[in-house]
Amino acid sequence: MISNTVLLPECDPAAVANGLKIRDSCREVSDGKIVLNDGTLNITTPWVDDLLAVRDTRDEAAFIRVFQHFGPRVKAFLMRTGMDAALAEECAQEVLVTVWNKAHLYDATRASPSTWIFTIARNKKIDVLRKQRRPEPEDLPWGPEAEPDQADLIGLQQESEQLGRALRDLPEKQRELIEQAYFGDLSHSEIAERTGLPLGTIKSRIRLALERLRHQMK
Amino acid sequence: MNAMTIKHHLPDELLMAYSAGELSEAVNLIVATHISLCDDCRAALGSYDAVGGAVLDTCESAPMSGDSLASVLKLIHTRDDDAPEQEIRVPETDGILPAPLRDYVKGGLDSVRWRSAGMGVKHAILPTSKDATARLLYIPAGTAIPDHSHNGLELTLVLQGAFQDEDGYFGRGDVEVASEDLHHTPVADISEDCICLAVTDAPLRFKGLMPRIAQPFIGI
Repeated sequence: MISNTVLLPECDPAAVANGLKIRDSCREVSDGKIVLNDGTLNITTPWVDDLLAVRDTRDEAAFIRVFQHFGPRVKAFLMRTGMDAALAEECAQEVLVTVWNKAHLYDATRASPSTWIFTIARNKKIDVLRKQRRPEPEDLPWGPEAEPDQADLIGLQQESEQLGRALRDLPEKQRELIEQAYFGDLSHSEIAERTGLPLGTIKSRIRLALERLRHQMK
Repeated sequence: MNAMTIKHHLPDELLMAYSAGELSEAVNLIVATHISLCDDCRAALGSYDAVGGAVLDTCESAPMSGDSLASVLKLIHTRDDDAPEQEIRVPETDGILPAPLRDYVKGGLDSVRWRSAGMGVKHAILPTSKDATARLLYIPAGTAIPDHSHNGLELTLVLQGAFQDEDGYFGRGDVEVASEDLHHTPVADISEDCICLAVTDAPLRFKGLMPRIAQPFIGI
């Protein structure tokens, strides 16, 4: 582990506050959608509102909240991928600047804030560590911009939270394997060397952990 | 697009490694090209990206330096004055090469600079980093590629026509993953000339003598 990182508490206060807000003022209907007591659908998942405010009204206060939450996480992620603290700091700043500059591309029905920011951080890592560009799949022909569907949006945010919980609930060893696969701080063969497990076992364990995550998501 | 007809998909390991950003450029290219054609793998990639987001969210954090916020705010103020960035425009589709490939050949099929590899087979190496090689292959209908095996991984994605080998029948969008131990003799389907994107992370080894002698020259 990296020496100068701190372990975050299970949930941060903003997320807890937002969670309580959901529970106090709404009920969950049978198909998993959240409906406010006045009958309207609402988006209260943390960071979605802030990111949308950055996107739609260039809201700087919202951006600062996003920065304060994601900056340290992106920095830690980049350090785990092999950057030293100074480079990771510089790159994390650039990632957050990209969040501001590319906010118009953020689509809350297609990715949670964490997922979207993860992809920006990942691309930064490839750019800096591998000095390569990353071929991206062709965009789907979506046709004319449709109004975002609130139900889709909430469904996706709920799934993201569920996924986060499922990941935290994985047995520690399995969770570490998943993390290592994403940080890339160890290749599968290096994981094998360090844990004394044969390569096939590592792959099947990662697969098992993913199966578990998938099962949790059903 | 061809989601209904694609039968051979990318293995989960590759999708996950693509999401994590752990693949070399040539392998990234074939993954991005397959996903351009395959809704199943696009959806699977979406969930691997979501796992990445959850990993980012649930693990440790490293405090940013004291003046970090100030410098980021300064950057967004200076850049916000600029006109919004131009979106990259992908060249028009020709129905064969998906966008990531058009990007590498700088156009459609017409722009590919083929080199002859004998027996009517043509190939074109694409400009990626050297740790793996991406090439377009042009195999005339009914032609067999010499029996070969690989030192590493070979991925072959069909873009036009089809081929058949010991592993099955591969049509547009299908990807064959050949590991080190597979010796195979792909034969292009008789109906149409076959165009593939092939990625190897090590040179191929041909079993016959002639192709082995020719290998250094033709570069396959």
